[in-house]
Amino acid sequence: MRLEPVASRTLARTLGLPALALALTTLVASVLVMLAGADPFAALGLILDGALGSKFAVLETLNRATPLIFTGLAITVAFKARLWNIGAEAQLYAGALATVLVGTQLGLPGALALPAMAIAAVLAGALVLLGPVLLKVRLGVDEVVTTLLFNFIMLLFVSMMLEGPMKDPMGMGWPKSESLPPDARLPRIVEGLRLHWGFGLALLAAVGVWFIQVRTTLGFEIRAVGQNPDAAGFAGIPVNRVFLKTALLSGGLAALAGFSEVAGLKGNLTLDLSPGFGYTGIIVAMLALLHPLGVIVSAIFVAGVFVGADSMSRAAEVPTYIADISLATALLFMVLALLLTRFNIVRG
Amino acid sequence: MTTSASREVVLRLTGITKRYGKLVANKDIGFALHEGEVLALLGENGAGKTTLMNILFGHYTADSGSVEVFGQALPPGSPSASLAAGLGMVHQHFTLAENMTVLENVILGTRPLWHAGLGIAAATERLDALAREFGLSVRLDARIKALSVGERQRVEILKALYRDARILILDEPTAVLTPQESEALFDTLRKAVARGLSVIFISHKLHEVMAISERVVVLRHGRLVGEVATRDTDRHRLAEMMVGAEVALPEAEVRAPGGTLFELRAASTPAEGRRVGLDRVNLLLRERRITGIAGVSGNGQGALADLIGGLVTPGSGEMIVNGAAVTDWSPRASLDAGVGRIPEDRHSLGSVADFTLTENAVLERYNVAPFSRAGIMDWAAARSHAEEIIADYDVRCPGPDTRIRLLSGGNMQKLILGRVMEAGPRIILANQPVRGLDIGALTYVQKRLIAARDAGAAVVLISEDLDEILALSDVVHVMSEGRLSPEFPRGAMTPAELGVWMAGQGFDHAA
Repeated sequence: MRLEPVASRTLARTLGLPALALALTTLVASVLVMLAGADPFAALGLILDGALGSKFAVLETLNRATPLIFTGLAITVAFKARLWNIGAEAQLYAGALATVLVGTQLGLPGALALPAMAIAAVLAGALVLLGPVLLKVRLGVDEVVTTLLFNFIMLLFVSMMLEGPMKDPMGMGWPKSESLPPDARLPRIVEGLRLHWGFGLALLAAVGVWFIQVRTTLGFEIRAVGQNPDAAGFAGIPVNRVFLKTALLSGGLAALAGFSEVAGLKGNLTLDLSPGFGYTGIIVAMLALLHPLGVIVSAIFVAGVFVGADSMSRAAEVPTYIADISLATALLFMVLALLLTRFNIVRG
Repeated sequence: MTTSASREVVLRLTGITKRYGKLVANKDIGFALHEGEVLALLGENGAGKTTLMNILFGHYTADSGSVEVFGQALPPGSPSASLAAGLGMVHQHFTLAENMTVLENVILGTRPLWHAGLGIAAATERLDALAREFGLSVRLDARIKALSVGERQRVEILKALYRDARILILDEPTAVLTPQESEALFDTLRKAVARGLSVIFISHKLHEVMAISERVVVLRHGRLVGEVATRDTDRHRLAEMMVGAEVALPEAEVRAPGGTLFELRAASTPAEGRRVGLDRVNLLLRERRITGIAGVSGNGQGALADLIGGLVTPGSGEMIVNGAAVTDWSPRASLDAGVGRIPEDRHSLGSVADFTLTENAVLERYNVAPFSRAGIMDWAAARSHAEEIIADYDVRCPGPDTRIRLLSGGNMQKLILGRVMEAGPRIILANQPVRGLDIGALTYVQKRLIAARDAGAAVVLISEDLDEILALSDVVHVMSEGRLSPEFPRGAMTPAELGVWMAGQGFDHAA
């Protein structure tokens, strides 16, 4: 069996196959819900209701989408250059750590505090990815391994900081940092609703990444290096320098997820800040086919599944891991569907 | 000599058709091979010769059609059935285990696994006899990695003979040989047919086809377009059949050369794995002159191209570009020094397959005006530049937004040529610039190189095709094992004399 490019794509094929993928995902999820002893139709209704059924639900979904947009963009930027950054989780925590340190220790006035925190977060995240990429560029060390392992190192480091020097003295013994002062918090977009400006920043970042990719020489370099590093190098593009620039950009974007979660939502740093936003960002980016604006859509979709499944599992008393399985299934089916919109499978 | 028609048919192809999607690789091809003849299968790159032979040998299955060997239908898609039927194939790329001896390679796979003892003595005796009979001198206890390319080919032929092949198929066998080695191969083939074997000789080199074959079958665009007895035709008519039109190859007149633009003085580069490095090379590239680099492939041409193109720096010796000794050398530095590079591998080095023609057209100049300013791309300027190249260099394509992977090799090469020429290079590195191109694209590229030379550029032309080198070059060097011969003016050396250098003789230092 082999793949043969489709000569001309029909609209039915372009839209139908992804729709089929979603239908198959729903089917798989329904089976799981049934096995857990609940009614799948009711569960599906509960998911939709929980994700989109009310103003509160929609805002909750957008809130959850915010860090996913950042990590999704971080992965998009890196994967475009074929730089396999599996360490967005570490970069997120590095960003969160820097955010809290600058926000609580420097005592900057409000107008300065937030930009300073954001910049510190970006620098911290960028530095965390710079290490593995320097190892890749200089010594040929596989960045998949190093970035992945950095996630655990960073989590242990944060744990050490929260149990030690950064532990909140008023925290009743819990491993958490001091809370940010009120004027070092990201304001709400609409007063009284839970959605904060981190979401606005995420949309801005997506547009910025899109602009970089299609309109700048850096974006051209990143795409060329990702598509064919040999040809890029032969054409005079400084391949290693492009990898380093990509690392700074990708690490910085992932760190903004940490900044936005701390300054916009939580107000302090705990070890459960991210339920794997760094890893889920890979799914978000792949579903978006590494298109920065598509990341917005796929992040909201993925967030909706999580929020909806959370709410469904509370109401129908089924385990939440169904959401994880459903997303993984959605990813597999969607990747296959997108492949089949472009290729036919032929025998021989 | 009896005429081939009166002899027994040993192989018959009938109505072979093979499609890959929309591409028809073979369309209704049928011909017969007779006992004791050399049949040449002639066609340009992409005409369908290799596909046809792979079907014959069971690597691919034809969509329709049948193969008969010695009157028996050959089951499709089974290499072992083809071997058992008496077919022996010598591929362009050899299939030998490097770390084993000649003898081991030959008997590899001919003995059942559970059979005790290898029968070394009997095999040795038989191979010695075969080698003597067919003029295939090679030491049976030598390891493959110590052998030259010509010797390796002899091992492949021995392997086929040892397996009782009655029909030998040779796919472009002379591409890796010096003229002298080719002559030796022809002797072997003559001996083989005199003993009743039959040979299919696949080639696109007309003079070889004329020299060795008895009949010629010509393929064009997957179709059989002609079948003639060799003595009833000539090179000119075969070329016409092969390309479907009258062919006029460009003739380059010698010009008076100008100043030196690029110079190597005893430059050496390290070998990389099996890749030969440069060994104390002296080279002068001058304005208004085409310098041809001849040689059997894999003798350091790649290292020379990489050096000029900026991918490697000299390990020792001097490189002087535009009058100044070079210390900091890279692809970017090479481009900035006015070197235009046409790489050997247009797919993996010369272009980015999934980029559009526009993106590929500015691949080397994306970072300068008018294509970008202050880091912001001007895609309108890039697109109109691509449109100019498409129009001026006759790139056949749907438009500048097409991905370059969809273009044929010839059109891809024309775009790369346009990209290089439009940058106004003073030095042009053309490494195998016409390999795999059809005659139309080939003559076009060659004419453009001559025109660039006439406009004052220093051109260095690297090619394995000695005829191409001799037709275009003002001076010729020969490369062998990383060494470069002195320069020979146009017409000073015959192909046979150059062949001696290609075989590694005449150099003033050992490799």
